[in-house]
Amino acid sequence: MIDFTFTEEQEMFRKAAREFAETQVASYVDEMEKTGEVSDAVVKALGEAEMMAITIPEEYGGLGLGYTERLIAVEEISRVSVATGMMLQVFALGIEPIVKFGSEELKKKYLPGLARGERLSTTAVTEATGGSDPTGIRSSYKKEGDDFILNGRKCFITNSHIADTITVLAKDEENPKAFCAFVLDKDMDGWKATHKEHKVGMRGCNTGELAFENCRIPATQMLGEEGKGLRVTMAAIGDVGRGGMVGVALGLQTACLEESIKFANERILYGKPIAALQTIQNKLADLKIDLEAGQLLGYRAAAIQDKGQRSSNEFAVAKYYTTEACQRAAKMAVDIHGGYGCMEEYAVSRFLRDSYVVGPSAGTSDIMKVIIGRWVLS
Amino acid sequence: MLNIVVCVKAVPDPKEACNIKIDPDTKTLLRCDVPLVLNPLDKHAMEAALQLKAQFEARISVLSMGPPEAGNIVKECLALGADQGYLLSDPAFGGADAYATAFTLAKGIRKIGSFDVIFCGMASSDGSTEWVGPEIATFLGLPVVTLVKKIVECKGASWIVKASVENGYRLAQVKLPAVFTVTRELNTPRTLSFSGIIKARKKDIDHWSLDELGVSSESVGLKGSPTIVSELNAQEENKRQVEILTGTREEKTDMLVQKLVEAGVI
Repeated sequence: MIDFTFTEEQEMFRKAAREFAETQVASYVDEMEKTGEVSDAVVKALGEAEMMAITIPEEYGGLGLGYTERLIAVEEISRVSVATGMMLQVFALGIEPIVKFGSEELKKKYLPGLARGERLSTTAVTEATGGSDPTGIRSSYKKEGDDFILNGRKCFITNSHIADTITVLAKDEENPKAFCAFVLDKDMDGWKATHKEHKVGMRGCNTGELAFENCRIPATQMLGEEGKGLRVTMAAIGDVGRGGMVGVALGLQTACLEESIKFANERILYGKPIAALQTIQNKLADLKIDLEAGQLLGYRAAAIQDKGQRSSNEFAVAKYYTTEACQRAAKMAVDIHGGYGCMEEYAVSRFLRDSYVVGPSAGTSDIMKVIIGRWVLS
Repeated sequence: MLNIVVCVKAVPDPKEACNIKIDPDTKTLLRCDVPLVLNPLDKHAMEAALQLKAQFEARISVLSMGPPEAGNIVKECLALGADQGYLLSDPAFGGADAYATAFTLAKGIRKIGSFDVIFCGMASSDGSTEWVGPEIATFLGLPVVTLVKKIVECKGASWIVKASVENGYRLAQVKLPAVFTVTRELNTPRTLSFSGIIKARKKDIDHWSLDELGVSSESVGLKGSPTIVSELNAQEENKRQVEILTGTREEKTDMLVQKLVEAGVI
């Protein structure tokens, strides 16, 4: 018999993450929405609450927890702030390649600071010419002695302007089939964050461009084997990136359901709360069904990941389902709110904007279907 | 070493208050459909203990009486930073009033052995009697200060605390060991941390039943409760009445002010 229950400890992690989000993040949401800027206070609080340390092994200052716990944390924080959940999920996306492919020297150099939140990370793969298809990237490296010289530009990089420790993917200047992944940090010359994006949603989560100009990288900063960098970044994106987006989407779905229930019980129409209307109950039921289904898909994939098995296909299914579902949920939540749903005073208008940024992050729904299609045909 | 005992209670989640039912026969709360959480005021008692532990060499024991599920809130206190947990759990303890609860907790504290300071929340969010703390003190023959809102001095064997009274406060000097019931003004409770939860893996909870406490079943639970709840009814849900005021902006303002005055709000 399959046991679908969380352990008592996992329930306590959920409680901790929820308390953290409600007490340390919620009060900054309005400010983030207004300015569109990352809240330093929220980043500091994330570090103090050890949210970046979840999957980092204990020997490097982390908590040594699993992907299920990470999903719980991202879900609960996204329930309060999708922007913060996204920021957190991408910190892990930058950490994972170092944990999985970093040399002992790199792990000791970066992981303790990342675990404490003193360093902030991201992964930079996407370019104008390639993201879902990373072989299309144009950023390139050439070898010069023991160093690599990196040139190119990356776009749509979450945490671009706040990260000081980034995993970057580039192609061999002379061999288009060879890729390398490197860890860059703020002390290295030749790279900088340039343009900042102004997204329709997820305000308060920084997205922008990175430029590399003759950036000299010592060979010791390489992740994995030379020429096999695609494996490094795709492993991170496939399992951790998609998994994180599932958490973000589930948190948003939960927020949509909770706000809808609250409003439906408060809003009086025909002398009764609109929750008494079958048409509203039908929408609430749809929200709940999507949430339950999404949680089953997402946590099953996380459980597979925690067993050390490949979970990228299962996460592709969960990512497709939950990010589509969170868009449906946000629209339904706005619909339930009627005219109020169009007013920025009500959180559901933010949910709707956020939901449309959740969709393409870490791969669009169409790309998820491409992956799932390949899976079923393989 | 300062030995601190924090008494905590698992209460139905106040956020789910609308789902709490009442047993028509025993007039006790039926908690089956409502998750149990740490009594909100007990979080302040825990925080007081944790702040003392940060200042002095101290050991925090957490004590609760309740069904086995109450072990979760004891575990939560261990995750917050307590050192040892104790859960008094036995079907015979069920249905206890404040007196029988305090009696049982006092027995538990005696069995723990070492105690200099006993913290309790001022009241529980379900019973709200405010009696348990003072009654524990009575059973243990200790001084008690209720409604503590500030610990002014806590060095040595005699403490000075500021406690709320109607329209003011009192400063009380009390010799340890003593019982303190605390208000929410005392501190801001910390939240659970992931590393605290991990550390709690290595901390134990001792479960003590009626036999292990060495007390008679006649003196605990419903049988040991001198308080008879003759009637307990759920409050009728407030049916909200909506009245839409019509007229010009000025007229509506006047009408609204008039209605607020009539309602005694202003």
